[in-house]
Amino acid sequence: MADKVLMKGNEAIAEAAIIAGCRHYFGYPITPQTEIAAYMAKKMPKIGGAFLQAESEIAAINMVYGVAAAGRRVMTSSSSPGISLKSEGLSYMAGSDLPALVVNVQRGGPGLGGIQPSQSDYFQATRGSGHGDYHMIVLAPASVQEMAELTVKGFELADTYRMTSMILADGTMGQMMEPVSLEFDVKPAPEKPWATVGTKLQRKHNIVNSLSLVPEELEQLNFERYEKYNYIKENEAMYEEYLMDDAEYAIAAFGIASRVAKNAVNEARKQGIKVGMIRPITLWPFPVAPFKKAADKVKAIISVELSMGQMIEDVRLATECKVPVTLCNRVGGMIVSPEQVLEAIKEVAENGGAK
Amino acid sequence: MKNMKIDKRITLLCGHYGSGKTNVAVNLAMMMKKQYDKVTIADLDIVNPYFRTKDSSEELARAGIKLICSEFANSNVDIPALPQEMYSITDDTSHRVLIDVGGDDRGALALGRLAPKIKEENDYEMLMVINKCRPLTRTVEDTLEVMGEIEFACGIKFTGLVNNSNLGEETTAEDVLGSLPYANAVSKATGLPLVATAYKAELHNELSDKVPMPLALTLQDKIL
Repeated sequence: MADKVLMKGNEAIAEAAIIAGCRHYFGYPITPQTEIAAYMAKKMPKIGGAFLQAESEIAAINMVYGVAAAGRRVMTSSSSPGISLKSEGLSYMAGSDLPALVVNVQRGGPGLGGIQPSQSDYFQATRGSGHGDYHMIVLAPASVQEMAELTVKGFELADTYRMTSMILADGTMGQMMEPVSLEFDVKPAPEKPWATVGTKLQRKHNIVNSLSLVPEELEQLNFERYEKYNYIKENEAMYEEYLMDDAEYAIAAFGIASRVAKNAVNEARKQGIKVGMIRPITLWPFPVAPFKKAADKVKAIISVELSMGQMIEDVRLATECKVPVTLCNRVGGMIVSPEQVLEAIKEVAENGGAK
Repeated sequence: MKNMKIDKRITLLCGHYGSGKTNVAVNLAMMMKKQYDKVTIADLDIVNPYFRTKDSSEELARAGIKLICSEFANSNVDIPALPQEMYSITDDTSHRVLIDVGGDDRGALALGRLAPKIKEENDYEMLMVINKCRPLTRTVEDTLEVMGEIEFACGIKFTGLVNNSNLGEETTAEDVLGSLPYANAVSKATGLPLVATAYKAELHNELSDKVPMPLALTLQDKIL
């Protein structure tokens, strides 16, 4: 028992961030992620860290910008409407190549929506979120243990590539409690010679800025950033394949939807339907390889989402539309049931994959 | 081994959030219903909009237990409202009442309004639910800190402890047994009696004669 604790997903993120060396948290409360802020408020003062409840989400993300520019591991967290507010800052951080961790514990939308879980910020997370050509690394945990592990991984990736990492969770992942082991190896933050920490009159001063006055230079910066993104696409995609070896049909699902879908896959297997699941763990970069492979052997793919069909576009792109991809979903705070997913599997199997 | 007994009219359940207060509360209500005709469970949580007593509303209704709960619990909005019926807790003394208080000192604040009447009637038990497996109450010192904050917020002193140390579904008998020294240490440091050691019902055969004041929790949270 000594090595496991019972944690909410939100708490696991907060504790893992502290373990990863994050000593600066700025945020503004919003359900269903408030436990992250509450945990930080309690813990940070005891370990010499800084917790600050900002006057708004916009203020919080700009505080994150400041600490990131000073080269320290820093984070903020919010839920869907709050991420919309932070998106201007996220674009500025991308334009300044600043590393940080941002957590989105999604709720139903659009607008104020509601406080129940959703995955409808997939486009927002994977297509930038703010303005301009940029990406964030987007990590989608499916257990409280992964909430912790991907938080550490998120900081490491952010520092490695000088990018924002986003944990894209949902209200269920944030609120549910599971036993967690908090023993992981953390790579220390790399040297950051670009950080604005004072020259001590021994070097030229560093500049952290997203403004470019010369269009040719701005274009060049964008080209270089996309070379980096291409490298990340080749090297950092993460996914889990479940019973895919002999699968004739495949489920695509991440986060809480993948947990529900796994139960449906198991039930369908009992009923003799050869179905497997591909669970993207990184949503950007999207794990293209397993879908490309699946496209040559399965008859159909079902994208199980808590959105009106967002990831389904990436599945279609990855499979180059070689097989039909259908949607099985609930939205607005509702969660798909194993029975609903099982029905979708049976329907596809009866049609032999044809639409 | 003695079993848990509650002979006071009002039982208050407080604790760190996620300690299992609600789960203990609904189980205690079911237990009390066997002994008393009129039993009420009151959900005064103003902190957490999820995982509420209302989750068990069907079971409670079937058992004939009255539920007092904010209409916004488990809804699509996070409104920290108290139910207007809460005043019946102290006004209608014909009922045995279990009060499920929100987590930490922020949750206990909601009690302030009822505290003078509860103390005046002086027929209550105020129990601290402790869980060694929760990250912010793993040590005796941290637990004492939370207890002090709760007492300060609600103006009522604790009268007993419920050891509900658990790791959720994965809890083993060893986990519960391993928490006994911690529970005893909290009891010693506070001078408060351990009125129950709670655990999921599946562990009853393994634990009933090995822990003080055993309390098997038959009604479990629904999980995905």
